[in-house]
Amino acid sequence: MGLQILAVDDSRTIRDMLKMALGQAGFDTNLAEDGLHGLEVLSGLTPDAIITDINMPRMDGFGFIEAVRSQPKHRATPILVLTTESAPELKARARAAGATGWIVKPFDPDKLVRALNTVAGPGAA
Amino acid sequence: MSDPMAEIRASFFIECEELLEALQDGLAAMEGGDNDPETINVCFRAVHSMKGGAGAFGLEQLVRFAHRYETVMDEVRSGRLVPNSDAMVLFFRAADVLSDIVRASRDGDTMDDATIEAVLSELEALAGGAVAAEEEEEPADFQPMTLSLDFRAPPSLGADDPWTIRFEPMRELFASGNEPQHLLRALAALGKADVRCELDAVPLLDALDPEGAYLSWTIVLESPSSEDDIREVFDFVDGICTLTISGGSGAALPSLIDLPDTVPDDAESDTSESSGVGLPDRAVAGAPRITLTEPEEPQAEALLAEGPPMAENAPKPEGTPQSTNAPEPTKAKAPPAKPAGAEMGAKATAASQPKPTVRVDLDRIDRLVNLVGELVINQAMLSQSVQEANIPSNSPVSQGLEEFMQLTRDIQDSVMMIRAQPVKSLFQRMSRIVREASSAVNKRVRLVTDGEATEVDKTVIERLADPLTHMIRNAVDHGLESSDSRLAAGKSEEGLVTLTAAHRSGRVVIEVSDDGGGINRERVRQIAESKGLIPEGLAMSDGEIDNLLFLPGFSTAKQLSDLSGRGVGMDVVRSSIQELGGRISISSDPGKGTTFSISLPLTLAVLDGMVVSAAGETLVVPLGSIVETLSLRDNEIRSIGPGANVLHIRDSFVPLLDLAVALGYRSAPETYEGSVVLLITQEDGTRAALIVDTIEEQRQVVIKGLQDSYGHVPGIAAATILGDGQIALILDPVDLMSQFNTRTGAVNNTIELAG
Repeated sequence: MGLQILAVDDSRTIRDMLKMALGQAGFDTNLAEDGLHGLEVLSGLTPDAIITDINMPRMDGFGFIEAVRSQPKHRATPILVLTTESAPELKARARAAGATGWIVKPFDPDKLVRALNTVAGPGAA
Repeated sequence: MSDPMAEIRASFFIECEELLEALQDGLAAMEGGDNDPETINVCFRAVHSMKGGAGAFGLEQLVRFAHRYETVMDEVRSGRLVPNSDAMVLFFRAADVLSDIVRASRDGDTMDDATIEAVLSELEALAGGAVAAEEEEEPADFQPMTLSLDFRAPPSLGADDPWTIRFEPMRELFASGNEPQHLLRALAALGKADVRCELDAVPLLDALDPEGAYLSWTIVLESPSSEDDIREVFDFVDGICTLTISGGSGAALPSLIDLPDTVPDDAESDTSESSGVGLPDRAVAGAPRITLTEPEEPQAEALLAEGPPMAENAPKPEGTPQSTNAPEPTKAKAPPAKPAGAEMGAKATAASQPKPTVRVDLDRIDRLVNLVGELVINQAMLSQSVQEANIPSNSPVSQGLEEFMQLTRDIQDSVMMIRAQPVKSLFQRMSRIVREASSAVNKRVRLVTDGEATEVDKTVIERLADPLTHMIRNAVDHGLESSDSRLAAGKSEEGLVTLTAAHRSGRVVIEVSDDGGGINRERVRQIAESKGLIPEGLAMSDGEIDNLLFLPGFSTAKQLSDLSGRGVGMDVVRSSIQELGGRISISSDPGKGTTFSISLPLTLAVLDGMVVSAAGETLVVPLGSIVETLSLRDNEIRSIGPGANVLHIRDSFVPLLDLAVALGYRSAPETYEGSVVLLITQEDGTRAALIVDTIEEQRQVVIKGLQDSYGHVPGIAAATILGDGQIALILDPVDLMSQFNTRTGAVNNTIELAG
């Protein structure tokens, strides 16, 4: 079994693509549509890694990361930020919020999987 | 359908439509003075999401446009730019262009660059420096991703020289959720790696900060990879670790100088770990066995008790006392915290999350609609057989059938509701038409819409777009006066076009009205006469003159403007409405404006009808148009000319038509005494009376179109199959009456005053 991933993005297209890319890599993918939804889904999970978008309604990616990090259980869960912007200050802000790494959209599936393995290990496989 | 990527692509364009709609809504709200920061946020996110998806499919034009649009929106979002009305107009235009690009991209076309550039440069001007400044770095941002696969491809230069990498995590590295073990593993994937852990910095247990960073690693990597490849592995931890990379093809010497430095450390760490590598030469020998987990996990956890960050990564419950103790309380504490969070989340969900929806292939729904249609017919046949078998109406069979009828009707309504969509998307398209049309004729026009949530059958909405577009253009072009004349008439310079939708007695009524000068009836009449559409000097009511606009080949504009003269007249509008089973009427108030009113059936599939017979033929009259039925007396009939009668009913006169005669089934009988009359009403309130022989029953019928086979037959809307399998025509009584009125000249409106 591959890694268990929680992916949060408000765009259905991106969610579909994440699901496909991660599914092909043999990962168990759970999806959420925004930060608040992400926290709901997370309450029933212990994912190996989390992927989140930044610009989202209701609760954005920064808020979501902070909320995840504030849970003792997820203090060290790797979180990758999925962003169209790769401006250095954005990375800095993501890191300040507690992100582990970032992936620039549009993402390359192989690179995404590699990045996940870099932050979360190869899984139980 | 089998290609998942194609499916996602298709779904992306559907999402784009939704996002465009959200964008339109947001812009409209902003234009209306909505200062809620969330509104601009919604607009920003809509554009942003389109950009994100477009990038994945390599839709460069879309990415580029969305990016610059988004940049300007970001300026607004951050408060650096306060949009004035010109800016709002530009935003709307940009949204229009964006939707054009989306559609072009979907269809595999590319847009004309000139249009895009024009709007882009305006956006740029609005944003001032922001776009230009970002322009520099942006292309670079997008490029690496598309190329990233090739990154590894170029073989490196000096394959034989090993890299020496010193990696010293800082405390923040662990706090960010990074894990040296995985980084080292990723590094090892690049080639043969010899990893040594340095434990020097580890303090005694009582001085140990469980979350501190005390370990560092030296890795000797034999790999064809470039330094960039290696740095890429450490990309996420850039700035929160000390990383020195030496050696490789470029700098074999420094690496040798570096190495001795680490030797003493290695010798020491050797004792504590099993990998047995110390000296550089031995390191190569030991390299095949990349013992990445060993140097780390036992050390980090059992020996050093790194604390929660590490413990979390090891799912095994049997750890050191520290690591088991640490997670336990948190696990115990966590559950009470969770429900609270979930509750809050659920509350918020109820408040702002749209209702969950399922997207279904339209074919499936159509199949369902057809099946339900068959079910209705089947149920009608069953009822008929039961009736013919003389089964008493209080028998269980009859009662069961009654319930069956009710259920059938409920199913039918529910299925129809699946096909129903709010007219909102249609109305949004019209706001664009207004913008384009008004700028083409240099008029300031505001569109006000109402009843956007009104639901209509999907097919009706789709087929309404063209006629409605034409009507809106007409309203802007012909309906509204020029700014000067408006001001002269004491109106505001800005013209108003109103588009409304509402359910009215089982039909949908859509109205397009303007506050312009109204129809110039004198001119309409002149034109109709000069074109030979009507005989000169014919006495006509205002309503009849207005209706001349629907005659083929009619155009009132003194000059063909950009908008009109496209070969589409109101006659085409009317026939497309009629094809939908609808009717269009017109009312105009000189100096105040004109209203076009379209009345449409809710669905194209079924109809509540009254089954009547005339001269032995069975016909169906839509129930919605019948206001009253009565039996006829000869003395209620007044003749107003050959073949033209009116019915005297309660102090008014309405035109009277013998259905059997009108359809050519027979000639007029001697007497109508005892015949049945159906009183028909139109949307504009005018009435007419239809003579039939008997009323058979009232029932739901499934509409079977005749258009495909026969084209538009005046007075006939469609056909249906009755319970006994017989085919019956469904009448369009209003159309029938209008045929009749044309034949008899000005009858209805002039006579109605009498009493």
